[in-house]
Amino acid sequence: MSTHSASTHVHNGTPAVDEKLLAALSTRERPTRPNPVQVSLTFGWRALLKIKHVPEQLFDVTMFPIMFTLMFTYLFGGALAGSPREYIQDLLPGILVLTVAMITMYTGLGINKDINKGVFDRFRSLPIWRPAVLVGALFGDVLRYTLASIIVIGLGLLLGFRPDGGALGVVAAVALLLVFAFSLSWVWTALGFLMRTEESLMAVSMMILFPLTFISNVFVDPSTMPGWLQAFVDVNPITHLSSASRGLMHGDVDTSQIGWVLLACVVFVAVFGPLTMRLFRKKE
Amino acid sequence: MLIEEDTVPEPNSDLAVETSDLVKHFGDTRAVDGVDLKVPSGTVFGILGPNGAGKTTVVRMLATLLIPDAGHARVLGHDVVREADAVRSRVSLTGQFASVDEDLTGLENLILLARLLGISKTRSRERAAELLDAFGLEDAADRQVKKYSGGMRRRIDIAASILATPDVLFLDEPTTGLDPRSRNQVWDIVRVLVAGGTTVLLTTQYLDEADQLANRIAVVDHGKVIAEGTSGELKASVGSGAVHVRLRDAGQRPEAERVLTERLGTEVYLEHDPVALTARSADAGRVSGAISELTASGIAVAEFSLGQPSLDEVFLALTGHPAEENDEETEEAA
Repeated sequence: MSTHSASTHVHNGTPAVDEKLLAALSTRERPTRPNPVQVSLTFGWRALLKIKHVPEQLFDVTMFPIMFTLMFTYLFGGALAGSPREYIQDLLPGILVLTVAMITMYTGLGINKDINKGVFDRFRSLPIWRPAVLVGALFGDVLRYTLASIIVIGLGLLLGFRPDGGALGVVAAVALLLVFAFSLSWVWTALGFLMRTEESLMAVSMMILFPLTFISNVFVDPSTMPGWLQAFVDVNPITHLSSASRGLMHGDVDTSQIGWVLLACVVFVAVFGPLTMRLFRKKE
Repeated sequence: MLIEEDTVPEPNSDLAVETSDLVKHFGDTRAVDGVDLKVPSGTVFGILGPNGAGKTTVVRMLATLLIPDAGHARVLGHDVVREADAVRSRVSLTGQFASVDEDLTGLENLILLARLLGISKTRSRERAAELLDAFGLEDAADRQVKKYSGGMRRRIDIAASILATPDVLFLDEPTTGLDPRSRNQVWDIVRVLVAGGTTVLLTTQYLDEADQLANRIAVVDHGKVIAEGTSGELKASVGSGAVHVRLRDAGQRPEAERVLTERLGTEVYLEHDPVALTARSADAGRVSGAISELTASGIAVAEFSLGQPSLDEVFLALTGHPAEENDEETEEAA
């Protein structure tokens, strides 16, 4: 067994180990409590280490966007806009929003896994600013969202997407999307605490995400939809985000759309942030 | 507020942990049902009980992970609810399940936790290396914890708990599922920790573990402390010591039983082993008299021993059921 050498070492060298241990314990220094930013960054470092050790987790953020962009461009392009190339001008900003919104749910899965293992108890028993556990994890997630955005836009450019708003417009659209994704993630952190198993969490997340992303203006013009469906589309934050994203990328943004998106962000954080922290404290 | 202040017991500086009438419900179950504990500083205190007795729940309340429904608990003089952060900065918990990140390496885990405690970057690296060395894990430093054996996980877990030397260390079933050698290693670590001045509160369902390590033991069953004291006191509370006799010839047992009953004046138990008898007696004079009488009557005694009752017998006497009886009941692990 691979553990053999280490174990024998302790066993044979018991007095030496005791001395080392006593020496290690003799340092009764009490470190000063770190500030919230330091702690959040440390948890961000943990997220990076996890990506390093489990690179498979990037599979979702790379394959999902590629699959979605290719599939919907060629599936709907000819029928809806005459050609895939014309369709992608309108679709790409929307499909970017959709894919990133979809992968935000992995935030909840990460939290849920942590809770089901003992490591969460360790974090909870430390004298730290508690939201940092989640904020740090979200830092790591923002990295994943950025990666997914780069993949979608890169692929779009190859397929003939030409943003009139230039690089600046695209960067602004991605920045707005990242703010939205960070805010939406708090919904999943709250659910991550509420749901007992990974499977049930996945099921509930899907049930929220599918209508939220598909019943929007990402794929088609809502004007052909029945009135009651249009009503939902009009209040769906994904609709506003996708409109704002199109506007920014093509250089004709309606600032009120950005306003609506930011308002939705504030609501998500204001409602689900405190709810998450409450669940965090009460977790048994 | 004033009325509430009255009911809060005065903190006692010699006590590392002090609880009064601690209660915690899970739904309809009273997992912890009015527990009073007094753990003197610098000692090992054992909470002994079967699965589902409420041991883990008590420890989780003391480590500020659960909020009690009623009663008070103070750790190092700080209330675990109102001064949770003050408690957290001076205690550590090693849970029943590995409380480190299995995806990260042993070294990364220790550095991560050291950084979270506010130790500087360079000092965190030094400290992590120092502890890996002290726990015999230096060869496994760069291996992911999920590839560690059970004993190595326990050690990295305990190492993570003493990055900043805690004043009180909670160990929740530290040796459950370990092989005998790994268990001995954990016991050695606990002894060194206490020698270093840390108070250790450990839960266990192993009677010999409490006997080996703990200065004082609280026996817990169904959320209540049913007995408390040193292992010697607990054994004495059950009654006197015991004399165990083994005969050469099983056929002479009825005769031996008669002689022993007469001379010791107590009930004699016939054990499963057809040549063995046990009787309660603390009086060495009477016991030697009885043994001489056996020999004089021509009964061949193969061996005899005088000893204290085992903690198993203690548990049986206190609760009316053996310690391992309700193993199917799952401890509230969530």
